[in-house]
Amino acid sequence: MATKAFQKIYTQISQITKATCSLKAKGVGYDELAKVNGKLAQVVKIAGDEVTLQVFEGTEGIPTNAEVVFLGKSPTLKVSDQLAGRFFDAFGDPIDGGPAIEGTEVEIGGPSVNPVRRKQPSELIATGIAGIDLNNTLVSGQKIPFFADPDQPFNQVMANVALRAETDKIILGGMGMTNDDYLYFKNVFSNAGALDRIISFVNTTENPPVERLLIPDMALTAAEYFAVEKNQKVLVLLTDMTSYSDALAIVSNRMDQIPSKDSMPGSLYSDLAKIYEKAVQFPSGGSITIIAVTTLSGGDITHAVPDNTGYITEGQLFLRRDSDIGKVIVDPFRSLSRLKQLVSGKKTRKDHPQVMNAAVRLYADAANAKTKMENGFDLTDYDERALSFAKDYANQLLAIDVNLNTTEMLDVTWGLFSKYFKPEEVNIKKEFVDQHWKK
Amino acid sequence: MATKGTVLGVIANMVTLTVDGPVAQNEICYILTGGDRLMAEVIKVVGKNVYVQVFESTRGLKVGAEAEFTGHMLEVTLGPGMLSKNYDGLQNDLDKMEGVFLKRGQYTYPLDKERKWHFQPLVKAGDEVGPSAWLGQVEENHQPLKIMVPFQLDGTLKVKSVAKEGDYTIEETVAVLTDAEGKEIPVNMIQKWPVKKAMTNYREKPRPFKLLETGVRVIDTLNPIVEGGTGFIPGPFGTGKTVLQHAISKQAEADIVIIAACGERANEVVEIFTEFPELVDPHTGRKLMERTIIVANTSNMPVAAREASVYTAMTMAEFYRAMGLKVLLMADSTSRWAQALREMSNRMEELPGPDAFPMDLSAIISNFYGRAGYVNLNNGATGSITFIGTVSPAGGNLKEPVTENTKKVARCFYALEQERADRKRYPAVNPIDSYSKYLEYPEFEKYISGRINDQWTSKVNELKTRLLRGKEIAEQINILGDDGVPVEYHVIFWKSELIDFVILQQDAFDEIDAVTPLERQEEMVNTIIDICHADFRFENFVEVMDYFKKMINVCKQMNYAAYRSESYEEHKQQLQDMVAGKKAK
Repeated sequence: MATKAFQKIYTQISQITKATCSLKAKGVGYDELAKVNGKLAQVVKIAGDEVTLQVFEGTEGIPTNAEVVFLGKSPTLKVSDQLAGRFFDAFGDPIDGGPAIEGTEVEIGGPSVNPVRRKQPSELIATGIAGIDLNNTLVSGQKIPFFADPDQPFNQVMANVALRAETDKIILGGMGMTNDDYLYFKNVFSNAGALDRIISFVNTTENPPVERLLIPDMALTAAEYFAVEKNQKVLVLLTDMTSYSDALAIVSNRMDQIPSKDSMPGSLYSDLAKIYEKAVQFPSGGSITIIAVTTLSGGDITHAVPDNTGYITEGQLFLRRDSDIGKVIVDPFRSLSRLKQLVSGKKTRKDHPQVMNAAVRLYADAANAKTKMENGFDLTDYDERALSFAKDYANQLLAIDVNLNTTEMLDVTWGLFSKYFKPEEVNIKKEFVDQHWKK
Repeated sequence: MATKGTVLGVIANMVTLTVDGPVAQNEICYILTGGDRLMAEVIKVVGKNVYVQVFESTRGLKVGAEAEFTGHMLEVTLGPGMLSKNYDGLQNDLDKMEGVFLKRGQYTYPLDKERKWHFQPLVKAGDEVGPSAWLGQVEENHQPLKIMVPFQLDGTLKVKSVAKEGDYTIEETVAVLTDAEGKEIPVNMIQKWPVKKAMTNYREKPRPFKLLETGVRVIDTLNPIVEGGTGFIPGPFGTGKTVLQHAISKQAEADIVIIAACGERANEVVEIFTEFPELVDPHTGRKLMERTIIVANTSNMPVAAREASVYTAMTMAEFYRAMGLKVLLMADSTSRWAQALREMSNRMEELPGPDAFPMDLSAIISNFYGRAGYVNLNNGATGSITFIGTVSPAGGNLKEPVTENTKKVARCFYALEQERADRKRYPAVNPIDSYSKYLEYPEFEKYISGRINDQWTSKVNELKTRLLRGKEIAEQINILGDDGVPVEYHVIFWKSELIDFVILQQDAFDEIDAVTPLERQEEMVNTIIDICHADFRFENFVEVMDYFKKMINVCKQMNYAAYRSESYEEHKQQLQDMVAGKKAK
């Protein structure tokens, strides 16, 4: 992006804050990019001839006589098949030492899909993890985050899901990722020999936080290219959306906006929805599925970021360490896949929905029994059986190290039902009990 | 001459213009940029400076861009041809738009100008008519739609001529009226109405009283909603708001259903697009889509149009109500609409109210709910708009401005509860906190006595009392332990569990259980109440638990069986045998 001869250079900055600077300029478009002493910036406010720029790298060292050049366009990404297997920064520039990409230049953060041109998602994404496939089945075109505390192994689970799922492309959008996690993903993907279907846009903790704001749009613009132009199934991994939201808060704070809940901008819902709603199933066969990570602070889901996310995404997956079996499990109570009914019992065996609900209900009975036990009350025979069931259920199905197909998962669950309960305690339609109850 | 404006400043979708003539609050203007015309609405005027909210992305908009004012507020175009349509929040026909992606500045006409409608006159030359009077009738998807005197006209008008029965397009004149001064007014099938203005073309709005059957037991039996009633469904995410809303819109006994998908997930709208054309209306046997209109402004579509979308939907509902039809309007979710107001108020740097929402939020919500209702039209016919909105409280906390302000105006409260959802007790409507004020209306009691029986209300109240008692005992058992309370307490508790499992819980994804007709609800309530009245004898609490678990299982099988089918009767017999075997003599 060399400075062209006819471009006007401004050299008089009137105001500088930590993330923005303002100057007098004419003929500038909203959302347009600019360079301030070579640092990339974007127009966020125009009031008469006063233009406010958000400087992605931060404004450290910007003098009042900095050279400002407007580029006459919004942020763009060059898209082509050359993207595959490459690593980029938040501006779409290669960071893997490879050559620059040649392709069509498209604006990122493009328009929304017309809802009547969408197709209802209906393809199951199998992950082998029963806590997901059995209880919270994923569907292509879905958007779903992991809600997890920072110490939980969400990146490992996500990498596993990405590699096991049958997709044409995996696009990783890393925001505020530690360098170690970035290298972890890089290693796992290259060891699996999957590097040629992976594209990564990475902003690590070493990069300026405001740059993160570009990552999701970059990743999803690339995803749209493959899903729309090439009719491919694309899986987008976004980690971590809490870091993204923090960057939003920084910018809105610098722009003197009145914060709403938890110091987040009032537009947080719309900002997040714009990203997540890019998940789509196209009638032509292409699809974009988004699996994201929202880190929580102490498991608090009432915080504005997980709360708004929960209202936007089609469910959420919780990880929890189960002290009874000493493993991390997918929490069956708080996890939910809203699209599961589109495939469970339809693309899987017919008894799937009922078996799933019954198992979770019995697991809940076990949780009650556990409370009773902890409070020092006597347990009934039913309580004892529920507790034993819960232990087996967690170990054989909920744990994240499980790798089974859905029919196997159902058979294992029926096995546990028959081992610990009577049919009337399980409350399932008679026709299924007759078929699957292990005598 | 139309007022023109020039862009002075841009912050996201709020644009400041300087104007050369008069403008009105809420007037619509179009800003021209790079070949696109961006629709915008005036939200504040300060001297020559006008603040507008743009209904589209403002990317690339520059200072100096020109704007044209239209001289009218945001209005919808009403007429035959709206049923089964998918509109955006500004009433653009989404199916007419080109391409997979929504293009900025693309506006499409909401009706069909080519299609001919079979018009039957209802008046003759010389008749005197008032505004909104019915001039004629056309049929759309088996619904009789009225062609009405333009709503904006005043006083009494005279019919000069009316078209003969025959086929006409919406733009052809079907009647000519003369006003008091003798001026001739040609009338076609199209009406226009500003969305933010309530239609008051009816004689009176009495208290509503007629049950609106939804087939959802926790609503019809325990917390009934009525034709022309208002209700709201607050709940944290994942508690089944949307599933419940869809169930109501599928099953409710209404002539027209309008669904405003306001700032919610696009895939939920796709579910309606995909399923409704296949599903059958349980009351008429026709396809559900025939009676449905969708106003979709999903969360990724422009925020300002989100606010407009609920008004667009309400105005359409008022149009059909003026024809004497029963309309059900669902808005999912009103919180997103309130958030759109908040974003704008924030950009205008207004002093914020609670949680940074605008101060007039409470007035906006109550005015909107006030537009619903059961009305007696000027010609004696009746029509109704039943409105049910969902609320998405931040953090699931019901003490937040949108929930609190809605609670003041909506008469039915269906509180979805996280704990019930976690335990998979769906629909997760909290049986204790939820209420329907209509149960207390003498008008309703009189109506329901005629429709079901005169003991109905007292039975429903008994169910509610038993649920509350059951909850109290559950708490005592939690504190004192199973052995710490008398066996009779366990019986009372399990009787309340029976009500919960059999009547409250309902499987929205099971073909049979999803819809329970009123007749079947009556039988279920009678059966369960009889069991509750039975005096059982048990040795210990384990026996109580086992007995009732078995009983619940039998009842569930009954719920899954088709009404009065062989399997139904079989399970019913089994249930009666169980009760008889355990009753104290």
